[in-house]
Amino acid sequence: MSKKNVKFIQGNEVCAEAAIYAGLDFFAGYPITPSTEIAEHLAKRLPQRGGHFIQMEDEISSMCAIIGASLTGSKVMTASSGPGISLKQEAIGYAVMTEVPCVIVNVQRGGPSTGIPTHGSQGDVMQARWGCHGDHSIVVMTASNHQDIFEITVEAFNIAETYRTPVILLFDEIVGHTRERVVIPEPGEIPLVERLRTSVKGGVDYHPYLPREDGRLPMSDFGSVHRYNVTGLFHDMWGFPSTKPEIVYGLLRHLTDKIENRAGQIARYKEYYLEDAERILISYGSSARSALHVVENRRARGECLGLLELQTLWPFPSEVVRRKCLKAEAVVVIEMNMGQIVQEVKKAVEQPEKIFLANRFDGVFITPMDIINILRVIKGKGV
Amino acid sequence: MAIKDYIRGRFFPHMWCPGCGHGIVLNSLLRAVEKLGMSKNEIVMVSGIGCSARISGYVDFHSMHTLHGRALAFATGIKMSRPGLNVIVPMGDGDAMAIGGNHFIHAARRNIDITAIVMNNRIYGMTGGQYSPLSGVGVMATTTPYGNIDHEFDIVEMARAAGASFVARTTTYHAKQATDLIRQAIIHEGFSVVEILSQCPVQFGRRNKGGSAAEMMETYKTNTTPIGSKAKKENSDLIERGIFVQKDIPEYCNEYDKIIEQAMKGQ
Repeated sequence: MSKKNVKFIQGNEVCAEAAIYAGLDFFAGYPITPSTEIAEHLAKRLPQRGGHFIQMEDEISSMCAIIGASLTGSKVMTASSGPGISLKQEAIGYAVMTEVPCVIVNVQRGGPSTGIPTHGSQGDVMQARWGCHGDHSIVVMTASNHQDIFEITVEAFNIAETYRTPVILLFDEIVGHTRERVVIPEPGEIPLVERLRTSVKGGVDYHPYLPREDGRLPMSDFGSVHRYNVTGLFHDMWGFPSTKPEIVYGLLRHLTDKIENRAGQIARYKEYYLEDAERILISYGSSARSALHVVENRRARGECLGLLELQTLWPFPSEVVRRKCLKAEAVVVIEMNMGQIVQEVKKAVEQPEKIFLANRFDGVFITPMDIINILRVIKGKGV
Repeated sequence: MAIKDYIRGRFFPHMWCPGCGHGIVLNSLLRAVEKLGMSKNEIVMVSGIGCSARISGYVDFHSMHTLHGRALAFATGIKMSRPGLNVIVPMGDGDAMAIGGNHFIHAARRNIDITAIVMNNRIYGMTGGQYSPLSGVGVMATTTPYGNIDHEFDIVEMARAAGASFVARTTTYHAKQATDLIRQAIIHEGFSVVEILSQCPVQFGRRNKGGSAAEMMETYKTNTTPIGSKAKKENSDLIERGIFVQKDIPEYCNEYDKIIEQAMKGQ
């Protein structure tokens, strides 16, 4: 490890550096707190390696521009926060429908509406999953510290390319603006997935929307030998609009199955002291930092407490959660919202009555004491 | 290459109503491309939503049918990441001037090398005849049962004010001029706008005593005139046709190439 690989930077800058490591070619964005540093960093860094940065006229056009750029063969990303993500939703749905690989960073702030722009929140978990009209599936990932932000950001690009899907990186103001140590991996240290391109020769009929047996669809860049149509309408294997029931059914099934049936492969998580844990904390993103603090502190006192830190939020890793919580007497979900992931955990486990929530939604970072208080209540002790 | 070789036969018959002007615009566009001898692989057509937007499916180019009003934003991403491609964006008046108005003025301001062809039929045709920002005062539409009180935009003036470096206007009656203007717009380096007045006999003509498609086209002949003509001086109500703006100013992707060069030197 060379010294120049060790940096002391903001989480937002880590995300930007990781995107470059992953091969980012094109970024379009619009200023918004608390994600702006990602755009600022990439405005400087991307052209240094021949990439392109553009500040668009709004959030909607930023999302549209990256989809266009992706179709020419570029790896693409945009970054924003609550209000901006709300505006991008229609185009996110377009990327789902047209199966265009792209990465969307949401550095969460408190909402709804303008909310509390300079403070942390995890209130967009359900928006990330359901934020666009129509049935659909999408991949959403998060991380709690800078080294993990780096790895998960690279992973987001790999998953976007593998499954031809938008991937949302759901960070928050706290990890985004925290400065801490990160080691930038050497090239090749983290494997990169490159886009699967068609081997069909020019002049031979290429079916851009005909999945292979493994469900993957090899792409052809705009500008190369295959000219095809991309549309947000339901479409057949040529990309031509269709209202045939079998086409509508088949495409919607494909779009959801390609993600939901691979929940196990897409699931990323970390576990701490789960083997003998009597009580389990489940958390994600910045709130997992406080959860880990509590677990390490209590372990030092001999208490059998463990932590399951989720890094893939959607598709929800139900099987992982079910398995890990089988033997626990109690499970406490820690999140900074009014209870979004806790509902998914309750659906996943065999005894939902043993699931508890430790949360805050006042714009203040959840503290170890907030978690300890809930643990005391569960034990029947006063706060 | 024959004109028919630029068309995707699989996509036909088209969905436009009998008498629609958009087919004439498609014809003019393909003739312009043919005259330029462009390879189909070098052209990307990006459209939004509406009757006009369906053009992108009918042509054998790289094609993208996107979201209502957002075609220029998608096109900007394509052009910037692959500046070697020719990007053509067919738009309707609602698509370009209402929901997509912001993208239109900013694409013009950047002077990015994209060709926008605005088919102005003064109505939302696909949804059944609602008034658009180009309808104008007094027009009858399904959403103006008592007559329209909204003032209209002038697409040419809008494009000029926003900074477009090539701005032209013609009509479907003047199909040969349309071919010539589109050809010039495509080879122009910078953001180019060609407004083509295109008749909608079904949703506009029918409600506004426009007559048949042929009669509506006849009106384009009588109520338009070449820019700066004597007729215009005598009758200011006439709509001018021709090239309003044609200037050589820095193009966005070329300027960004310089940024890349500068950034790489600093490394």
